[in-house]
Amino acid sequence: MISPKLVEVGRHTNIELITCSEVKDVEGDPGNFAVTLSNHPRYIDPVKCTGCGECARHCPVTAVNGYNLKLDDRRATYIEYAQAVPLAFSIDTDTCIGCGLCENMCIAKAVEYDDTERETRLTVGSVVMAAGSRGFDPSGLDYLGYGRYPNVVTSEEFERILSASGPYFGHLMRPLDREEPKRIAWLQCVGSRDKNRCGNGYCSSVCCMYAVKEAMIAKEHAHGDLDCVVFNMDMRTFGKDYELYYNRAKDKDGVTFLKARIHSVTEVPDRGDLIVKYADDTGRMQEEIFSMVVLSIGLQVQPDAAELAQRLGIELNEYNFVKTDTFAPVTTSRPGFYTCGVLQGPKDIPGSITEASAAAWAAGADLVEGRGTDIPKIEVPEQRDVTQEEPRIGVFVCNCGINIGGIVDVPAVREYAATLPGVAFSDDNLFTCSQDTQDKIKDVITEHRLNRVVVASCSPKTHAAMFMETLEACGLNKYLFEMANIRNQNSWIHSADSDVATQKAKDLVRMSVARAARLRTLNEKVVPINKKALVIGGGIAGMNAAIGLGDQGFETVLLERESELGGFARNLHHTIEGGDIQAYVNETVDKVNAHDKVEVITKARITGAEGFKGSFSTEIEMGEAKEKRAIDHGVILVATGANEYQPTEFLYGEDDRVVTQVELTDRLHDKGASDLDAVVMIQCVGSRNEEHENCSRICCQSAVKNALEIKKQSPDTQVFVLYRDIRTYGLLEDYYTEAREKGVIFIRFDKDTPPRVTAEADALRVTVKDHILQQDVEIRTDLLALSAGLRAADTDDVSSIMKFNRNPEGYFIEAHVKLRPVDMPSEGVFLCGTAHGPKLITETIAQAQAAASRATTFLAKDAIKLSAITAKVDTEHCVKCLTCVRSCPFGVPQFNTEKMEIEINEALCHGCGVCTAVCPRQVIGLSFYEDDQLMCKIDALLDAEVV
Amino acid sequence: MRLDYPANIKIILVPCTGKVDVVHLLRAIQKGADGAYCVGCLEGSCHYNEGNLRCRERVNHVRDLLEEVGIEGDRVRMYNLSSGEGPTFAQYATEMTEHIKKLGPNPLNTKLKN
Repeated sequence: MISPKLVEVGRHTNIELITCSEVKDVEGDPGNFAVTLSNHPRYIDPVKCTGCGECARHCPVTAVNGYNLKLDDRRATYIEYAQAVPLAFSIDTDTCIGCGLCENMCIAKAVEYDDTERETRLTVGSVVMAAGSRGFDPSGLDYLGYGRYPNVVTSEEFERILSASGPYFGHLMRPLDREEPKRIAWLQCVGSRDKNRCGNGYCSSVCCMYAVKEAMIAKEHAHGDLDCVVFNMDMRTFGKDYELYYNRAKDKDGVTFLKARIHSVTEVPDRGDLIVKYADDTGRMQEEIFSMVVLSIGLQVQPDAAELAQRLGIELNEYNFVKTDTFAPVTTSRPGFYTCGVLQGPKDIPGSITEASAAAWAAGADLVEGRGTDIPKIEVPEQRDVTQEEPRIGVFVCNCGINIGGIVDVPAVREYAATLPGVAFSDDNLFTCSQDTQDKIKDVITEHRLNRVVVASCSPKTHAAMFMETLEACGLNKYLFEMANIRNQNSWIHSADSDVATQKAKDLVRMSVARAARLRTLNEKVVPINKKALVIGGGIAGMNAAIGLGDQGFETVLLERESELGGFARNLHHTIEGGDIQAYVNETVDKVNAHDKVEVITKARITGAEGFKGSFSTEIEMGEAKEKRAIDHGVILVATGANEYQPTEFLYGEDDRVVTQVELTDRLHDKGASDLDAVVMIQCVGSRNEEHENCSRICCQSAVKNALEIKKQSPDTQVFVLYRDIRTYGLLEDYYTEAREKGVIFIRFDKDTPPRVTAEADALRVTVKDHILQQDVEIRTDLLALSAGLRAADTDDVSSIMKFNRNPEGYFIEAHVKLRPVDMPSEGVFLCGTAHGPKLITETIAQAQAAASRATTFLAKDAIKLSAITAKVDTEHCVKCLTCVRSCPFGVPQFNTEKMEIEINEALCHGCGVCTAVCPRQVIGLSFYEDDQLMCKIDALLDAEVV
Repeated sequence: MRLDYPANIKIILVPCTGKVDVVHLLRAIQKGADGAYCVGCLEGSCHYNEGNLRCRERVNHVRDLLEEVGIEGDRVRMYNLSSGEGPTFAQYATEMTEHIKKLGPNPLNTKLKN
């Protein structure tokens, strides 16, 4: 999942990647920081290194492989993993014996034994701290036996064990005897929620989900029945749709979840099996035997990261996470410094990515005036028109040092290529990707008037973009390029038989040449961008997004359905940290109204929409008079929000002593709690049930917040929280601990035996089955507060008019749950706040800033180039059967009722080609993958073989 | 990873298995390939949502068509894996090759040669 991102970062012209380096010091002020770096020697020049790996193959030294968490070995000359960026090796001098073999083997002359520690300086305007975290080291927790028993592993180690590129190649095996385990136990909260043994009072937020995932994957990898048991205090699957995944593991895949406290893990002598001794739900001691134990270790800021933050003057909290304000989630204590990810607090991937975009927004907002000034500009010469020319193909066969040349007879392949139809030139190179070869290719293209290029070398995934740039740089259309992968698909895997590999290389080159001859010039359509944004929804998310875009210098229109801004936050008083929400909302409303780039339109309704990324047009009705107006804009930010669920359970609406948490907050604000003898709260009302399967994420902290407020106002009032799992994730756990310390009583109930409430004249009677006593407990209470979940706002109009998809619960769907949490599937459309899913105010602000950031990457450009790899309809032969309309996974083909023909908007097409394959008349083509361009490869391969 | 798999496997790149058409698979068999298979994303995690499911349908259709004309439908198969699963790719390549070896040469081929 991460490799496309790695490649993108590595190739981005505006990103300079400095690896093997540490920040020593940062001096100066926002807008002008002087950064001093220590650049550690890597002993292999990453510019010269081609990543071929010959050095490592010949290195005689065996070293422990840290990437696979010491579960296997590597060489002293190594690369951490195959997808690493930059794809360059380095030498681990702690183990290197200095034999000189790698230097001798390296044809690229990249090895530099005399590389030294250097110091360099950089000037930057803003700084983002994203030093992340490591897993907690459980060696100090004696009772778990980690480090003593080989079959007790951490969750990180287990990830490597499950990985196809891990120490056991993805085979499920336990370390001691490489046997496949029959029973695996996961022990949750190791290094989290535990102030006594490790000092980490916080919840790490991610371990419950990864334990569920690991258990599911382990079951998939197992050959026989695998018994998976997750020992936990609470299962915290609070993220968007996480509960569905948890339920699937529990109900369909047979993963067992046990509420327990672990006493100890000991080994069965001679067998390597492990005895887990624990106190069960009722407090009784139990013992079970497992073949393997996985410790679900928490997240922890590394001492060196904390030390760096302190050195730079960044304030940290007691757990060494960077201190941020509730209403400024990525801003650190030092002006111009921002933070994101786990360094700020424990969080999952979508949360980290959201914050990363927010930090990029904040860092960029400080530097708006300088935007675009310090970035390299690439000049591209005018394109040569080759459409009327016969194919003149140039074939460049790569030796890749000895990676290909050592096995394949490269000169023979070069000579064979010269005999193929259309080939005007063929050559072989030591490294086709090296800078000097690129220059040589440019000269040859011009000299021989080549109009197609085939490179027979490695993977197009890593190298096609670079070669295509070379074509462009000498005026040749970049789509007139084809690669034959004679390394990864040939020499690397058929190294035992040189003749076979040479024959296959010839076959692959013949196929590529056939395709190259049929490649056509493709031009990427350039669409101008309307540099204006439309934000839908004027709550905390929408206002922050609008201010965010305004601060980046873009005109923004903010639409609000109601007559005033503020949204659901208008009903809230303070955050759990004590932040004054009303003051914040008022301040934000004033700020957005006063912003010279933002136009606020209240009482607005969307009535029509058209267009695509860069040029949308939206029709609205506004004000009492329903005045019509059309707005042209380049991006859309959706921030339609959510509301508190109005319960139908537990006498709500029938008895006014039954209130929601929001209503309780109002009551505490207006009347206090001194007149209350007892308050009972019931969790998961309207959440985690049949009709609303997901967790609403925020209700546990709402209950804890109100319970603490009651205890603050009236310490003698008894507070009971009836819950299923308390989900005070991250740093919220401290408040849960505080509530217990202050005497709030938490009673767990099962989904199947919910509390019962009866109304009596002087009190409400709540009956709940206590799991320790195993019998009913009766509580008489003055007030019953229901932790009602969130419900997405009614967005039927926005969804149907703008064609934005929602999940069954009414929350809008993002482009990718993990990797693109603020992008919507249609480009140029972004999502933030509770319109995406339930979240806290802090998280909402971060996501709003993130959405503004993502939108800025779009609006900062004058025009966008659309991909040329799109589907096109031959409307003359189309019979308008609408099969393509029905089949497109993105709903792109449309029937234009005026022209009476199918239209495929190339700005919206993703280029998957599904429509081309379903079209019964075969009148849709996918450029660059036209049928003749695929068919000719089949023919070229097989015609020659038959003959 | 440099994992060995048989050299008779030759890969044709498509943007998504959803692009693979019945005619592509039939052409391969018609031109004498002893077998052809599609390798798509894992079901449920298609990069383009559902292309791999469509491909499976088409593969099944091709299998039926081949059976109708007296060629073993099982010469055409669909496999799924994620891009991080090199060993699984190699395993499928080996499995397919072994399987095709058992079936013997494409009957169209033997006819052509005779």
